[in-house]
Amino acid sequence: MAERTTRELYLGEGSGTGSGSQHLYVNVGPSHPAMHGIIRIFAELDGEIMVKADVEIGYLHRAFEKECEVGPYNNAIPYTDRLNYVSPLINNFGYASCVEKLLGIDATERCKYIRVIMSEISRICDHLTCIGASTMELGAFTVFLYMIKAREYLWELVEDVTGARLTISYARVGGVKADLPDGFALKTRKAFKETRQVLEEVHKLLTGNRIFMDRMVGVGALSREETIAYAITGPLLRAAGVPYDVRRAQPYWAYDRVEFEIPTGRNGDNYDRYLVRMAEMEQSMRIVEQALDEMPGGPINVDVRGRPIDPATYVDLGKQGKTEGLLLVPLTLSPNLAGLEKPVHRAVNVADKRVVLPPKEDTYGSIEGLMNHFMLIMEGNGIRPPLGEAYLPVEGANGELGFYIVSDGTDRPYRVRCRPPCFPPMAALHRMIEGGMVADVVPTFGSINMIGGELDR
Amino acid sequence: MDGQAILLRLTATFGSGIVESHDHRGDHTAVVERSAIRDVLAFCRDDPDLRFDVLMDLTALDYLKYPGREFGPRFEVVYHLYSLPHNHRLRLKVRVDDEGAVVPSAVSLWPIANWFEREVWDMFGIRFDGHPDLRRLLMYEEFQGHPLRKDYPVNKRQPLIGPKN
Amino acid sequence: MGLGPFFGAKLDEAIGWARKYSIFQYPFVTACCGMEYMATACSHYDVDRFGAGLVRFSPRQADVLFVVGTISHKLAPALKRVYDQMCEPKWVVAFGVCTCTGGFYDNYATVMGIDTLIPVDVYIPGCPPRPESVLDGLMKLQEKIAAGAQRY
Repeated sequence: MAERTTRELYLGEGSGTGSGSQHLYVNVGPSHPAMHGIIRIFAELDGEIMVKADVEIGYLHRAFEKECEVGPYNNAIPYTDRLNYVSPLINNFGYASCVEKLLGIDATERCKYIRVIMSEISRICDHLTCIGASTMELGAFTVFLYMIKAREYLWELVEDVTGARLTISYARVGGVKADLPDGFALKTRKAFKETRQVLEEVHKLLTGNRIFMDRMVGVGALSREETIAYAITGPLLRAAGVPYDVRRAQPYWAYDRVEFEIPTGRNGDNYDRYLVRMAEMEQSMRIVEQALDEMPGGPINVDVRGRPIDPATYVDLGKQGKTEGLLLVPLTLSPNLAGLEKPVHRAVNVADKRVVLPPKEDTYGSIEGLMNHFMLIMEGNGIRPPLGEAYLPVEGANGELGFYIVSDGTDRPYRVRCRPPCFPPMAALHRMIEGGMVADVVPTFGSINMIGGELDR
Repeated sequence: MDGQAILLRLTATFGSGIVESHDHRGDHTAVVERSAIRDVLAFCRDDPDLRFDVLMDLTALDYLKYPGREFGPRFEVVYHLYSLPHNHRLRLKVRVDDEGAVVPSAVSLWPIANWFEREVWDMFGIRFDGHPDLRRLLMYEEFQGHPLRKDYPVNKRQPLIGPKN
Repeated sequence: MGLGPFFGAKLDEAIGWARKYSIFQYPFVTACCGMEYMATACSHYDVDRFGAGLVRFSPRQADVLFVVGTISHKLAPALKRVYDQMCEPKWVVAFGVCTCTGGFYDNYATVMGIDTLIPVDVYIPGCPPRPESVLDGLMKLQEKIAAGAQRY
């Protein structure tokens, strides 16, 4: 009797002798502890080597594209929040910009800067979560706590602007919901100070860490050619040495007016992806700081020329037919509508009556405003782009986020297609993990930053 | 190369293989004959002036309820190409009818087409000729029908377990 | 009346008190709510104050199943399987409006509330719920654990 091999010890008697090896089939997921996402990998293992992997997705398919066809254009915005729920603002603005392209209109200068600022804050949140969660799965729990701490500071900023922490629905077709609040620049600088400190700490903890490097360097690498063939964009493509960034290649909003660098890696492995993400956060903060300095036309205070009355009284007067002179009276809006005052509204929204709701003062105070409001809200009216189609790419946190919208001339999109940035890396996941160890699945999957809502839509 | 030149070049090379073209909102688009699509895609990828090396997106549309298109070919498969070296974009389209909805597969040109085409099959029921493994991608095997078709009701459920809520 | 029922009741109380401060949770995290779940678990809100900081990634070792995020019909069998694998006594928290009712995803792909699949003890609405309301829900669950009849 031959001596028992280690292989037999793991795989049972008879394996590895005579008739060749037996492969072991293991099902990983869909709810797996070491993966912050629901996918299923059907793995064929030879000992601890991953021989073949079949990746299955679709567990979070929520019919985003179908739901968008049901309601008017602005109704799709809450659904876009939940595409990439780690950086919802970019999705919001990407969708709104695509509809604007379909309409053939251009956002105002101030609005463009607001979009740049909020997108970059969102991108930092995304990278923080990605690195935090994937290192937590490698056992570095401290990093996770630090990074979520920094994200919390940034979320406070987001909450100040949009009123919500995560699912913000801040964009509107033709503008944004409300202007930036007072003192936003100061708060941002404070939050960035904290974030920079966290990044520094994380650099000290991870970047030269022997254990971390052993798990990351050379793991999950994909060659430059294959990365391109799989249509992978974003940090993964840049880690493979291709400096492609939609913000630079086809600038949109105000990205052609800010200075930033595109960090790239060389080997396309997990470690380079980590470094690229860390460097990108710094660049994003740089962009925000420049944009805050250069942003045109700050909010204008309401000029009080008469007796201020509250909106309810205003509406009551209108109902009684006492409309004479009402427009001359400046309104004080309720605190819930702060940031929506008429002068501010004009600064951040497109002056196009067919697209943007009128300021609330007009809706309450003049028949034209009221009619305009109704024309946009009533079913069958609203925003009606001409027949046609448009594709608009923006740089999402994971790569090129494209919206392809087809209009049939009614107030509902005929088809909304989202090109999800983390779909191509997931399609290439089997190429990254095949031939490696089972344990390497965890850092590789973490470095892809798979977001279920965006992947499965 | 600007978009108009790309379209001219395609028309010059393929002649009647290009059915029509437009540049609505600056997106240069060519509608391609179904039999020619694989050649056009290969040409776009390999021609040194075009070099569309990234298949950015592949999706489809159902024109069942589109004004003016109710009786025409029902589906359209849409390819979005991007060129890293030249930094230009192009949209290609193929029209197919409900019966015999089969389009030549692009998997041999770009491996990413594998999943994109599986998704289109899943959502629209368009088959891809030459695809190595055309399974559903997002829905489950037991699912009947193709949800993004315009005649599939948005809330028609087919639960695997639990009540039909 | 003997002393038996008296001690029984006191023992129940003691066990209920112990159980409510040692919640081992299994997070079944699928979607957006997972981000707020992370935020709740981390330093700012610190769920560990309530004795629920230890996450067990095996359903066999967990007491409370946190269903965090939308459940699709494709995922439903997996959720049921995880629930069935948990040992008694077990509780279920529906985290976020998708798990409570399906939310605004009224379409072919999603389950309209996980209570059509498994029994739910606490519903935390919100899309996603803020960490404060998660903690509120957690305290409600603690009350429920302490007040219920204890099996041991």
